[in-house]
Amino acid sequence: MTIEDIQNEIIDEFSMFDDWEERYQYMIDLGKELPLIDEQYKTENNIIKGCQSKVWVHAEMTDDKIAFTADSDAIITKGIIAILIRAFSNQHPKDIIDADTSFIDKIGLKEHLSPTRANGLVSMVKQLKMYAIAYQTQLN
Amino acid sequence: MFNVQDIRKDFPILSRKVNGKPLAYFDNAATSQTPQQVIDAIVDYYANYNANIHRGVHTLSQEATDLYEQARQKIQAHFNAKFSHEIILTSGATHSINLVANGFSSLLKKGDDIIVSALEHHSNIVPWQMLCERTGANLKVIPMNEDGELVMSVFDNLLSKNTKLVFLNHISNALGTINPIEYVIEKAHQVGSAVLVDGAQACPHIKPDVQALDVDFYVASAHKMCGPTGVGMLYGKEAWLNKLPPYQGGGEMIAEVTFEKTTYADLPHKFEAGTPNIAGGIVFGAAIDYMNNIGFDAIAAYEKELLDYATQKLLAIDGLKIYGTSKNKTSVISFNLENIHPYDVGTILDKLGIAVRTGHHCAQPIMDYYGIPGTIRASLAFYNTKEEIDTLVEGVKKAKMMLS
Ligand SMILES: Cc1ncc(COP(=O)(O)O)c(C=O)c1O
Repeated sequence: MTIEDIQNEIIDEFSMFDDWEERYQYMIDLGKELPLIDEQYKTENNIIKGCQSKVWVHAEMTDDKIAFTADSDAIITKGIIAILIRAFSNQHPKDIIDADTSFIDKIGLKEHLSPTRANGLVSMVKQLKMYAIAYQTQLN
Repeated sequence: MFNVQDIRKDFPILSRKVNGKPLAYFDNAATSQTPQQVIDAIVDYYANYNANIHRGVHTLSQEATDLYEQARQKIQAHFNAKFSHEIILTSGATHSINLVANGFSSLLKKGDDIIVSALEHHSNIVPWQMLCERTGANLKVIPMNEDGELVMSVFDNLLSKNTKLVFLNHISNALGTINPIEYVIEKAHQVGSAVLVDGAQACPHIKPDVQALDVDFYVASAHKMCGPTGVGMLYGKEAWLNKLPPYQGGGEMIAEVTFEKTTYADLPHKFEAGTPNIAGGIVFGAAIDYMNNIGFDAIAAYEKELLDYATQKLLAIDGLKIYGTSKNKTSVISFNLENIHPYDVGTILDKLGIAVRTGHHCAQPIMDYYGIPGTIRASLAFYNTKEEIDTLVEGVKKAKMMLS
């Protein structure tokens, strides 16, 4: 599936919910299922700055596709990462670089998109794209 | 008579909704809300008196200057300073601390000691670390205990004839602990050291008397006392303020300027370079009037009632731990739920219209002491109600349920 397909799938899932509580509960549950990062990658270097909670992201490329793993000490943050990773993982670097993130708005989590919010979603997106840029230069 | 429902009518923001729910504002230690009387004073200034001060020949400028200086006198009276020129109007507590730290650069030498408490806000740590880097002075720390109180026996041993300055907050922003500043001031003076007290968190709750305290410097921010942001004050004893060099150069702070030599203006203008926050200063006076009209005794009594009520209700939640358990504390409750990140709780509370602060509260050393990433902080003000505390308690229970 393309990133866009996955994003539409996520939008569909979230459209079933009537209120914030259901949305958040779903996100919290997603957080609990997040593919955890290998302990060896939970280093200072892999921490994303700009979050009130700690967020670690690790990226690996096989067969021209990037797989992301991540973790956070806050569960809602973990849920947001889980959504992002689901959309961006196992994709070609170029597609990740070009991907749009407005789907976050469409699933009713717009408040997390503010660059000044201390959850660091924006820094997270930036970090995922940075990894993609780095791997893209390896492919060129 | 103190009637919280009447008082709440003064604060338009308290009737607003957040995320579809009535706002319950518990982030008062970060910034307090603004009563209509204070909002009116801002409007009145810009509608009727706006002009630059201390330099005009015209009537408006004279009127604005008079209002600004009257505000200074109000602040002087409130803190019981001996002279109005001992009150320096600044942009806030941070600016006030930096002004003193900068001044001490020329008074300290290698081998001198300055002493800080473990309970400080970063604003009262970083400027002094910078000072130590510039001068070679040593920074020593009064440690804290599990209750979030300073360990005075260690403080006694840190003091020596090398001690030049002790600085600590009157009340801790992260935990609410009221520090024994009377003791610190007396002991520090015995070895000839000056004392700076950061009153940013104390002034919303109590009315300090700087002469009775015999404190050398005392700082405050208006925005924590129902006033506007970007204005605050530094109280300094006249002798100390005369000893410190000016902080910034510019207009207002000079007596005469030639390219050979500039002579500085007298206090307080020596420390007030440039056009100040004129409206802010005037309105700071209005905020002090507002709080005094309610009365600090009434405020303290009511807030104590709220604190006891909230503490008891919150502690009834299984797995909830309160940090800062001194018997001497103001209405600040810093807490965590077992195995749940404070940020998650804060996010859920926000969805319920409840405003708290989460994180390290600019007091990272305290969080390191407890080995936690941060806390959820509910800081109560005299316009909060028991019903709002019930909302908070229900919100915390809900967050716990969703997040466990
Ligand atoms: C104890 C303490 N000191 C200093 C400050 C800084 O105040 P301001 O940001 O108004 O300069 C604060 C603000 O949170 C504080 O709580």
